[in-house]
Amino acid sequence: MNALKKPKKDENVAQAGEGCCGGPAPEGVAACCVKDAEAKAIGEEGCGCGTAPVQASTPPSACCAPPPKDPPLSEERKPCWSPASDFKPRATRVSSDLTLSDRLKHLRCRLGAYRMSYSVAPGLYAVGEPTKTSDVFVSANYGMSFDHLRKALKGTDSWILVLDTKGINVWCAAGKGTFGTAELVERMNSVRLAETVSHRRIILPQLGAPGVAAHAVKEKTGFRVYYGPVRAEEIKQYVEAGYKATKEMRTVGFSFSDRLVLTPMEINPAIKIYLLYALAILIIFGLSPSGISFREAFTNGLPFLILGLAAIFSGALFTPLFLGHIPFRAFSVKGLLTGLVSTLIVSRPLGIASMSPLLQGAVFLFFPALSSYIAVQFTGSTVFTGLSGVKRELKYAIPAYMAAAALTLLLVGAYKLKEWGLA
Amino acid sequence: MKYLLNVTTLTHSPDKCTGCARCAEVCPRGVFEINAKKARITDKDLCMECGACAKNCAFGAITVNAGVGCASAVINGMLSGAEPSCDCGNDTGACC
Ligand code: SF4
Ligand code: SF4
Repeated sequence: MNALKKPKKDENVAQAGEGCCGGPAPEGVAACCVKDAEAKAIGEEGCGCGTAPVQASTPPSACCAPPPKDPPLSEERKPCWSPASDFKPRATRVSSDLTLSDRLKHLRCRLGAYRMSYSVAPGLYAVGEPTKTSDVFVSANYGMSFDHLRKALKGTDSWILVLDTKGINVWCAAGKGTFGTAELVERMNSVRLAETVSHRRIILPQLGAPGVAAHAVKEKTGFRVYYGPVRAEEIKQYVEAGYKATKEMRTVGFSFSDRLVLTPMEINPAIKIYLLYALAILIIFGLSPSGISFREAFTNGLPFLILGLAAIFSGALFTPLFLGHIPFRAFSVKGLLTGLVSTLIVSRPLGIASMSPLLQGAVFLFFPALSSYIAVQFTGSTVFTGLSGVKRELKYAIPAYMAAAALTLLLVGAYKLKEWGLA
Repeated sequence: MKYLLNVTTLTHSPDKCTGCARCAEVCPRGVFEINAKKARITDKDLCMECGACAKNCAFGAITVNAGVGCASAVINGMLSGAEPSCDCGNDTGACC
């Protein structure tokens, strides 16, 4: 296991020290090296080794803005301390600290506030002062994936290779194949990774494995793929352990807080449809043979608006949060149960019991079914529901939803006819 | 947490298996275990059909009908008559 040897850091230091001008300039100073910086500080021309202003750590990402066509390359200037070799890695330097604005972007992404993707330009990035022996970590060009990785690499000298996954996270992109063998191989070639580093190992996030065939990468590039841990935060631990992950680091967790951060993505779309639903309710209850009455619409429709909200929250919030505690395995059944309970609880103070039996029937049919339908959508966000299971569940659930919707319409229709004295 | 039982399409043929342990490395559900130079499925029902194991088995010892276990994808597929496809990655690019 020679490849597993840890890169020697002092090689880097040696290279830097041997340069013509005393090593790299202090960060953020427009100079090519220490001597250059000193010369400029006292108002001279510089040391004469051909400088361009250093671009201070380029902000790696613009949330929801299309990625820049060409990644900004901060290393295009010829650093005079670089080792004598024809090939100079072209990489963008990034900071491993997340700024407040990065964090705000994450929050807004979580809340689904962005329609455009939060992406980073694909290419090679440098954290710290990576050398030919430094590790190469691969990331998706989804801003959050990239940010988690660079934060996890704080204090290391590493390369980050960002693949073009169309701004989608590693897991989803691997499922689609955009985080895949072809893109990886192509990107490794286009940044000339084989010349950038002297070793032949490349570390991928484990959740990218559904898209990448490690043996095919080896065949095409000579690099051996190492799958890192599932969570970026454990990367340093993984490297220190000699590129080994414990079983715990290999398996996905799905804690209460993991689920909580996903719920806004469930609630948001439901609320959008809710607005249409509210309009329909107001029309149904306002409609009378003599036209639409707004007073009637609000007083009679209000309980149903509240019931609708309760069903959304039971399906999109309570079911995901208490997933493991709700009996039965099928999400549709879980959602049905929470929907029944929430409908029961909410209907008491709303006085549903004193309404027409036709309406009562519709209430206890429609709202639990709605909650169930919304709960089923959460299968898309979980990390343990497989395609075959979801198909099996939907085979029964979809006809049931359709039947429930049709019956509800019939009941409400019958109620309206009765109200108008037509039946 | 486990989902529905006895639905996964995962299979493993010990004959082709060389015990290279790639499958155990990539599976995010800890389904595989290496025992006496062969992989072994510990609990099939843990499998979520992500396809990582089959894709990374250089010896073709694993098969699984991989896909996204996502209801809206399956429903989209039913409606359009096409394969289930996750709508989280169209070009408008939602933060998936
Ligand atoms: S990856 Fe394939 S050959 Fe290797 S241990 Fe798993 S099943 Fe066996
Ligand atoms: S398909 Fe995914 S979850 Fe199932 S055994 Fe393979 S790697 Fe594990």
